[in-house]
Amino acid sequence: MTKTFVIDGKTIPYEEGQTIMQAASAAGVYIAHLCHHPQFTPHGSCKLCTVKVNGRNCSACTFPATEGQNVINVSKELNEDREKITQMLFVEGNHFCPSCEKTGNCQLQAVAYHLNMTDNHFPHFFENREVDASHPDVMIDHNRCIFCTLCVRASEQVDGKNVFAISGRGIDKRLIVNSQSGLLKDSALDVNDCAAHICPTGAILIKRTGYSVPIGQRIYDHAHIDVVALASEGEVHDH
Amino acid sequence: MHNFILQLAQENNFQSTRLLKMLHAIQKRYFHISEEAIEVLAKQLDIPRTHIQNVVAFYSFFHTQSSGKYTILISDSITDLMLGKSALMSYFAQKLNVDIGCVRTDGLVSLNNTSCTGMCDQGPAGLVNGYVLTHLTKPRIDQIVDYVNREVPLALWDADLFRVDDNIVKPDLLLNQKPLHGQAIASTLMRGLSETLAEIEFSGLRGRGGAGYTTAWKWKFCREENATQRYIICNADEGEPGTFKDRVLLNSYADSVFEGMTVAAAIVGATQGFLYLRGEYVHLLDKLEAVLEARRVSNLLGCHILQKDFDFDIEICLGAGAYICGEESALIESLEGKSGIPRNRPPYPVTQGYLGKPTVVNNVETYVAAANIAVHGGAWFADKGTAKSKGTKILSISGDCKTRGIYEYAFGTSVKTILDDCGASDVLGVQVGGPSGVFISNDEFERKIAFEDLATGGSFIIFNHTRSILDVVHNFSHFFAHESCGFCTPCRVGTSLLKKQVDKIVEGHGSAGDIVALEELCQVIKNYSHCGLGQTAANPVLSTLERYPEIYQAMLKKISYEPGFDLDKSLETARRMANRDDAAAHLAQVENEV
Repeated sequence: MTKTFVIDGKTIPYEEGQTIMQAASAAGVYIAHLCHHPQFTPHGSCKLCTVKVNGRNCSACTFPATEGQNVINVSKELNEDREKITQMLFVEGNHFCPSCEKTGNCQLQAVAYHLNMTDNHFPHFFENREVDASHPDVMIDHNRCIFCTLCVRASEQVDGKNVFAISGRGIDKRLIVNSQSGLLKDSALDVNDCAAHICPTGAILIKRTGYSVPIGQRIYDHAHIDVVALASEGEVHDH
Repeated sequence: MHNFILQLAQENNFQSTRLLKMLHAIQKRYFHISEEAIEVLAKQLDIPRTHIQNVVAFYSFFHTQSSGKYTILISDSITDLMLGKSALMSYFAQKLNVDIGCVRTDGLVSLNNTSCTGMCDQGPAGLVNGYVLTHLTKPRIDQIVDYVNREVPLALWDADLFRVDDNIVKPDLLLNQKPLHGQAIASTLMRGLSETLAEIEFSGLRGRGGAGYTTAWKWKFCREENATQRYIICNADEGEPGTFKDRVLLNSYADSVFEGMTVAAAIVGATQGFLYLRGEYVHLLDKLEAVLEARRVSNLLGCHILQKDFDFDIEICLGAGAYICGEESALIESLEGKSGIPRNRPPYPVTQGYLGKPTVVNNVETYVAAANIAVHGGAWFADKGTAKSKGTKILSISGDCKTRGIYEYAFGTSVKTILDDCGASDVLGVQVGGPSGVFISNDEFERKIAFEDLATGGSFIIFNHTRSILDVVHNFSHFFAHESCGFCTPCRVGTSLLKKQVDKIVEGHGSAGDIVALEELCQVIKNYSHCGLGQTAANPVLSTLERYPEIYQAMLKKISYEPGFDLDKSLETARRMANRDDAAAHLAQVENEV
């Protein structure tokens, strides 16, 4: 007999060892997330995927599914707090969507729309962050980094290169590059690496491809992130 | 330098788990950890340079720039501030001729703040090259400045500057016991391992770090895991501001601590233990190493302990200034040579801890209690305390009272009794359990120290009526923002936003909506953070806002809104560049203020 648990009243089948996120995606239930990607080891840092499991807040991307769990994913309280967490990410960095090449393809922006975020709510940090345009094919705009570590995990787990790392403590955390100069051009990063294409925001961009897809024809211009995520990530989870 | 690092790596068997130890050694020798040193070490250990860069950036006590031959850090704990730290800090800066947070132009000395050094009973306190300076006064500062300017090596400084007293004021069940030299191990082996575990279970002993998990269960789960190797860890990363009882236990009861770890090792089947000592307590390191060595000589550690088929040894690892490493999984990460970022749970350390193996992590005091229970039996301990909180709790008492120091009480003792004993009068309130605990008002002194009422790791800071609650909250908010590891969004961004929001109100820029905004922010940090640090970081605000809303209200301006962004202040650079400071070069923050 298949094991099951419940999300928002819906019965979800799962296999032993699956996380709540994996089981939910496979069953067609979207749980908001940014640092999670089905291809990589779960990280559990953005906290957008927080759900209530038997009354307790847990990160769906790391918490194991167990028999009979009662999970609340969509509630006024959870969605309002997810909105606040998203707003925190917006004020921490410098995100100017209208002038960002990633607009319309950006998961941070799409999650914000999904959560009906209309302003940044919190005071901005206006941190002075740099741009590393030294690499011939790839650039880093640190203003847009949300420390999801997807590039770190992709470089380590797929590319086998360890090009990226997150360094430092607290609000002073920074994405750093594994090269003696600290610049991307001196690292082992290749434009075809998974790490160069995994960024959910516009922090890592491929040069000379800007606006090749016009605004208005981009991923989230026509579909909400829940639909897009389930269509693409659900398949990966199934395997 | 190349050779020094090569030899260092060799001495440490090229193990990246020993990274903190090697970085301490490099910094001791070169006063900083240079890019070149990182390059060389990364090659030797065969790890990415970014790994080392991250670790160096993560821990407060490591720097990539030289902080001088004399690095002086002064404790910014609220308890030191109450003892006049601010004025002394200014005096120090003036006498040394250095700006706070900077290295002097000659590169000899630097002066900065640091989180609580665990000397709250003998502050104001500080650290010079990691070694504690206690009872700071102007004459003692003059003495230090003179030593620095004459470049006198630390070893030749007046030993009284480094004097650390135990200040045990009220011993009870545990502190009245003499340090154990094998009695607990012998009793354990004689009684039987399962039988001793049953005694510990019967004693009702719960973790003394504050969380209060039943010790016997932790040991039992670890013991039942199917594994070839298990580890015993003692959490001596006593970082909660206002706590210093582990310092005293390690200084005067180290044998009992190690004995407790050895008993745990026998019961769960571990052969290796670690004592993770906070960097601030480096002054205890040599003494502790000597205790370990004496125990090896006495056959209480090492191979065939007490001629039985039982091997166990303990290694001491030194932290490097990170409060978060008091969280058990962050501590394990740190022991593995990484930055102290709490792990996702499950799995818990008892199933997958150090190097993925089943691991018991307990507080210093827990091991002392366990060792004594192994000798005297569970009933001896369970006889004291309340139904849900057995035994005694060792408190570190500081702040406004006659006699600061170490007090041991049976659980269930009221705050009032404690305040009477330590000679506190005119009390406004008490911070129980440190910044992550709760602030109780003088209406609540009948409350009791117990897991079911006021749970505490041992910090007990008393404030009299001359103190401002908002100053306390301000200090604690800055502490958490500084100590957040930055892993998760709610804590990384939230604690910094909280710091800003508290500053805004304390500095008198708050307006009507700011209290609501403050409370909302607190709830997000508390409910969504990854670990205990974030989940408790808003406690100082929440517990005082609940008790003293009028104090917050009184700080608010009588306008509906004031932005968190200071418009006029941000024009300062422009004014300086344009060389003007007339009225037209200023902008009012809110129009109706003009």
